[in-house]
Amino acid sequence: MTSSPRLLIAALAAVGLLAAGCGSGSEAGSGSTGASTPAASASPAAPAPSSGAVTSGTATSATATSGTTTATSAAAATTSSGAATATSGASASGTITVFAAASLKATFTAIGETYRAENPGADVVFAFAGSSDLVTQLQGGAPADVFASADTNTMTKATDADLVTGAPVDFATNTLTIVTPPGNPAGITSFADLAREGVSEVICAPAVPCGSATKKVEDATGVTLTPVSEEQSVTDVLNKVETGEADAGLVYVTDATNAGAKVTAVPFAESAGAVNTYPIGVLRSSANAAAAQAFVDLVTGPQGQAVLEAAGFAAAG
Amino acid sequence: MAGRVRQETATLTTSPSRSSRSPEPARRSRRRSGSLSGLPRWLFVPAAVTAVFILLPLVAMALRVDWGNFGALVTSESSRAALALSLRTALASTVLCVLFGTPMALVLARGSFRGLAVLRSFVLLPLVLPPVVGGIALLYTFGRRGLLGQWLEVLGIRIAFSTTAVVLAQTFVAIPFLVLSLEGALRTAGQRYEAVAATLGARPTTVLRRVTIPLVLPALISGSVLSFARALGEFGATLTFAGSLQGVTRTLPLEIYLQREDDADAAVALSLVLVVVAVVIVVATRTRQAEGAL
Repeated sequence: MTSSPRLLIAALAAVGLLAAGCGSGSEAGSGSTGASTPAASASPAAPAPSSGAVTSGTATSATATSGTTTATSAAAATTSSGAATATSGASASGTITVFAAASLKATFTAIGETYRAENPGADVVFAFAGSSDLVTQLQGGAPADVFASADTNTMTKATDADLVTGAPVDFATNTLTIVTPPGNPAGITSFADLAREGVSEVICAPAVPCGSATKKVEDATGVTLTPVSEEQSVTDVLNKVETGEADAGLVYVTDATNAGAKVTAVPFAESAGAVNTYPIGVLRSSANAAAAQAFVDLVTGPQGQAVLEAAGFAAAG
Repeated sequence: MAGRVRQETATLTTSPSRSSRSPEPARRSRRRSGSLSGLPRWLFVPAAVTAVFILLPLVAMALRVDWGNFGALVTSESSRAALALSLRTALASTVLCVLFGTPMALVLARGSFRGLAVLRSFVLLPLVLPPVVGGIALLYTFGRRGLLGQWLEVLGIRIAFSTTAVVLAQTFVAIPFLVLSLEGALRTAGQRYEAVAATLGARPTTVLRRVTIPLVLPALISGSVLSFARALGEFGATLTFAGSLQGVTRTLPLEIYLQREDDADAAVALSLVLVVVAVVIVVATRTRQAEGAL
């Protein structure tokens, strides 16, 4: 009787599913694309980086059939810079995929630019999402080379699942700050103000990293918040404050810096009691471990640290 | 479908006990030829793929359920609060869908004025919009600084972060399902009986109450059940517009999404609960619809 509209619903649902499937598929698969194309563009002008020698080593082990002659030629190649860069360019030219916490989007995108500039012929693709989401994806076999998490708990999940090679390196820390709509209409000046009658604040749910940090501050200060909403991510909190739905919210310092004039940040001293440490590590599933390590080195090196610092992150350790 | 299988096995088991074995093969061959008439045999291959494609993920999920702790996982305080809130809000939004969707379906099916086709497209829009877009739209309508919300705020009514916001989000995404089901039924039912009732002196409201509504009651019921199912599964608009707070705005889909962050077992167990509820609802709708068609 009503089969035609029902068919329409079914068709719409099918199309929706298909579209969603294609979207995530391309995201996951993009890591392997372009692996061959940039090989030709290896520039002889680039100096041979220390990681280049490692890369050429892996390249020879991959072509182990040719035996000692290849190994010696590779070793010899490191002495003449032109030949060495050609070798390292060919093997480090692959695209690496970096799974990184959503809060690293701006900084890692910038670091990615530096990486491309420093390693001609190499490319890096990012997948930004909640750290826990990313670990779940990695456990499900998602192909990636580097994982950067927003807290040590999540990285522990990855190391426990034996996804990471070696020990992850802490590269930044982040702390919480109060944000309010521009001009702070509710007059929030301290953490305790959030618990005041009539203030509707939004925080992260305890299940997500920013929420566990919030919980730590609550425990440390003895102030119990009664939020109007416990959001699933720090960006959800920020959005509720930016749109003026909430009087205040608790987000990372970096989110507040990034939001600029759309929010007013109210720093509070107690935030020092809940510092989130960001670790990064090379994944066991990486087919291009040398290039992955080069990216990690860039993040932990002075250039990467400068980018992170400018965004509001503090140095680790 | 289950009914038919049962019927089939019943005939198979009872037939040998009967003295006459001859009618059975005849009947079976007739059924076989009947099922193939007009349908090429190869069509069953992609159809089977579709069935597997839909069922397999559900089976895969069911296999991952930690059955030993299933009870504990789905009856935790937060899970019960989420399920109760989901059922409450979905019921409320279904009532709203019926109250406001039915007149809309009648206008779309029986009305004739300029812009009807455009109106029809707009009513169907929530069906194709990403739920998060619906949530953003609602936020800028009923939010504290929204088009209507700022006036409601003056009156002391706050919708954001309330259960009301959840009901609004669910109604927004579910109402096209009711309108669509009902409008289709109204069109196929035609207007003969209404015309007769009118010639016998019944006023339009009487015709609507005594003739039209009873005529499309099966479709109205199936449409509301479908709306209920859609409301129960609503996620994106709720998260964007209503927020997430246990017992107030955190419905079952939101709870599942949150649990997934730190307790994957609980997320899977709750997903299964949602699937079971959805299956029960969909089966109920299909049965109703079959009755309606007869």
